[in-house]
Amino acid sequence: MAATYQIAVVGDWESVMGFRALGLDTYPVASADEARETVRDLAKTDCAVIYLTETLAKDMEDVLARYKDELHPAIILIPGREGPLGIGKNNIQRAIERAVGADIL
Amino acid sequence: MANITVTPTRMELTRLKGKLKTARRGHKLLKDKRDGLMKQFLETVREVRALRSEVEEELMTVHRSFTVASALMSSEALEQALLYPKQSVVLTQTTKNIMSVNVPVFDFQTKTKSDADIYPYGFAATSGELDAAVDALGRVFRKMLKLAEIEKSAQLMAEEIEKTRRRVNALEYVVIPNTEETIRYITMKLDENDRATTTRLMKVKDMILKQAIEEKQAQTAEMLENFS
Repeated sequence: MAATYQIAVVGDWESVMGFRALGLDTYPVASADEARETVRDLAKTDCAVIYLTETLAKDMEDVLARYKDELHPAIILIPGREGPLGIGKNNIQRAIERAVGADIL
Repeated sequence: MANITVTPTRMELTRLKGKLKTARRGHKLLKDKRDGLMKQFLETVREVRALRSEVEEELMTVHRSFTVASALMSSEALEQALLYPKQSVVLTQTTKNIMSVNVPVFDFQTKTKSDADIYPYGFAATSGELDAAVDALGRVFRKMLKLAEIEKSAQLMAEEIEKTRRRVNALEYVVIPNTEETIRYITMKLDENDRATTTRLMKVKDMILKQAIEEKQAQTAEMLENFS
């Protein structure tokens, strides 16, 4: 089965405007609360990938955990304008710990 | 501690032996699944790490270019330039089965054919930095999609591995030892019953014999009395 899906980018305006040029759906938000609502709404639609800036993600752990084990949406963290905060990398580390039971890499 | 509330019958014993056999086979299969998944997972994770650092680095370059562009242009002009996209992306998602975990596979089609044809604005009113930024973003986008695919796969696999690991441990340390213990208990109880029956039979035999002997002796005594 191959259905068509949308790709969304959620972040502050400066970070997401470029993605509009690529034809992605951009959702400029100002606060983590607003982003939380946006992500929730997007998850209900046919949105397969949500790129979320790390700046917002650091206050949205609950939402990330909620969608972590579902096939879609895939919430992928990207660095915002302030630079990478290492949350994305940390998440990989956490996935390893979860699977192996210890940090092995 | 094993469940000792079972009724120690032969039927129960047969049932438990079947259960133990199934548990052992399930344990072996799940262990194999866990090992297979782990191998795939570690490969994927390595890929994710490499790709993520690449994407993060490239995105930072993109952000820098955008910052320069927004410094050179007014924010209204910038917004206007990017307001209506020329490019549009259609994402198709299929799933792939890795060791019984469904992981997504993304594929996308773009509306315009060439990668160079994505600028949604005329070049006259915008600065060159914006072109560079959009161009770089277009290039990093493929990697971002690939990253989305494998990072999600890694997350889903991590979940499945955790579940499988728990199952393996539950079988190995709880179900199998408990069943073995119960089987031992039932076997011993049945043996004990057997011994009890044997002893009882011997005792009964003794009693019957004793009775017979006494009867015989009484008869003999009577006959002796009559004879004399």
